[in-house]
Amino acid sequence: MTRTPSSSNPRRAALIATGLSLALASPTLWAQATAPVKAVASFSILGDLVRQVGGDRVAVEVLVGPGSDAHVFQPTPAQAKLVGQAQIVFSNGLGFEGWMSRLLGTAGYKGRHVVASRGIKPLHNEEAGEHKGHGHEEADPHAWQSVPNVMVYVGNIAKGLCEADASGCDSYQRNAATYNAELKALDTDIRAIWAAIPTTQRKVITSHDAFGYYASAYGVKFLAPQGVSTDSEASAKGVAQLVRQIKKEQIKALFVESISDPRLIAQIGRETGVKPAGELFSDSLSDARGPAPSYLTMMRFNTTALTQAVQGQ
Amino acid sequence: MNDATTLSTGWSLLLANPLLGPFLEFGFMRRALLGCLALSLSAAPVGVFLMLRRMSLTGDAMAHAILPGAAIGYLVSGLSLAAMTVGGIAAGLTVAVGSGLVARNTVLREDTSLAAFYLLSLALGVLIVSVRGNSVDLLHVLFGTVLALDDPALALLGGISAVTLVSLALLYRPLVLECLDPGFLRSVSGWSPVAHYGFLALLVINLVAGFHALGTLMAVGIMVLPAATARFWVRRIGPLLLGATAIALLASLAGLLISYHADWPTSPVIVLSLGTCYLASLLFAPHGVLRQQRPASTHLRA
Repeated sequence: MTRTPSSSNPRRAALIATGLSLALASPTLWAQATAPVKAVASFSILGDLVRQVGGDRVAVEVLVGPGSDAHVFQPTPAQAKLVGQAQIVFSNGLGFEGWMSRLLGTAGYKGRHVVASRGIKPLHNEEAGEHKGHGHEEADPHAWQSVPNVMVYVGNIAKGLCEADASGCDSYQRNAATYNAELKALDTDIRAIWAAIPTTQRKVITSHDAFGYYASAYGVKFLAPQGVSTDSEASAKGVAQLVRQIKKEQIKALFVESISDPRLIAQIGRETGVKPAGELFSDSLSDARGPAPSYLTMMRFNTTALTQAVQGQ
Repeated sequence: MNDATTLSTGWSLLLANPLLGPFLEFGFMRRALLGCLALSLSAAPVGVFLMLRRMSLTGDAMAHAILPGAAIGYLVSGLSLAAMTVGGIAAGLTVAVGSGLVARNTVLREDTSLAAFYLLSLALGVLIVSVRGNSVDLLHVLFGTVLALDDPALALLGGISAVTLVSLALLYRPLVLECLDPGFLRSVSGWSPVAHYGFLALLVINLVAGFHALGTLMAVGIMVLPAATARFWVRRIGPLLLGATAIALLASLAGLLISYHADWPTSPVIVLSLGTCYLASLLFAPHGVLRQQRPASTHLRA
């Protein structure tokens, strides 16, 4: 028996051709065959958004993980290495990650850097509430607290991923459209829930002043004993003014946020007889077992917590 | 005008008073004042003995030494008063006893052995905090919250104050002797180590108290500055103890009021008003630079 070359075997050649055309036609098969795009997102909320748009084709690493504060983040050498090896880097912008440009420089990163908040209309501190100096930028960076802004984020992320990985562009656009539909539904729900509550009752105290965009999107008033950043220390005058304000405006909703001094909020609660109402998630998601492991669950969790608190429940 | 309106007019007049009003209107101001009172009563006398034993910088080193213990307590069970107190005291006592043993039994002197131990403790704390992540609330640990003292915290400050005053009364004679002539005390009685380690224990618990109220970075201020200020005015130890306590109390009251009216963070303002007393006394007090160096136009004393 003599060996015949494979190309001369008509049945085998047909098989290969069919396999090839199948692989080319099916994006999922193709994606599994190639290595995923290496992406780095600056903080956990943005990481979730990139995962939603990227799907299986993108491997996302997050620098500031759940429960940590991006305002005072210090990168480790391992994270610098991660950034150096990435194909695309996502940051929020608006001065949120003051450390980002230095990190990109140190890591020797030359690739694509997508600023997810590009194109949104930033709020400034006077509009967002009683903010004090933020150190670097006067724009309020917490733009993801308004769902319409996040739909802009999703568009920017899809555009960035398309540029980094043109062959997956269809998939990214499709994921972005699906996710934006979910965001749209979320936005409608949040508006409907707040619409049931009288405007005069929509007043909330929280220790971290990160809800300026939520306030302007959904018509809620947020007051804080401290400025927009977590790094300023409260004065006796500031606390006294707040206590007076709570008493005068009869505010019922008082939140201890996961990343600010809960002792001070508890003291204000004692002073005014308002019961502190638990946590809101502002700058980071919870871990997978927590109540807010993704952006959608975070916004729903916050909205439920806020509306229950202002109604004194 | 009936009685009720008279009363309410009188009350609003009192509330408008810039010195009394804040304390009458706000519970948190009364708590802060009470905390400062407890702290002044105990930390200032401890500071006097620190100064007399030339250990003021030891106080600073010990303040750094308790921080890691408190940080570990925080990482284990959050902003829990008990965990941070136990952690702080444990770390402080370990460093105090360890460095004391080395100083008394080896070629190294107290300053070097203390520096070695507190640096070890500090490095360990920083390592644990960094590995465990979340450094955010640690800033709140570093800067205390005299405005956020709750009932357990006030009870702790009061308890530490009482323990300190009783212990100082019991240890008074050996402590004074240890300040003047430690060699003599060691040769005539067995009280020298008791006085030494007892005093270090008092130092540690007062630093922990100060750390709950003013934060680690500022806790030493209310200890060292009143003693240093009082020393410009009086020489004898009794008046020094009374003077330091009075200065600590008045300056922390002034600090609270300034923080209230000027909208400045409380802990640094308290320490700065202590510092202002110190600088003024440095210049103008009987033992200050201006009056001491002026040529004697009349006789000074016999």
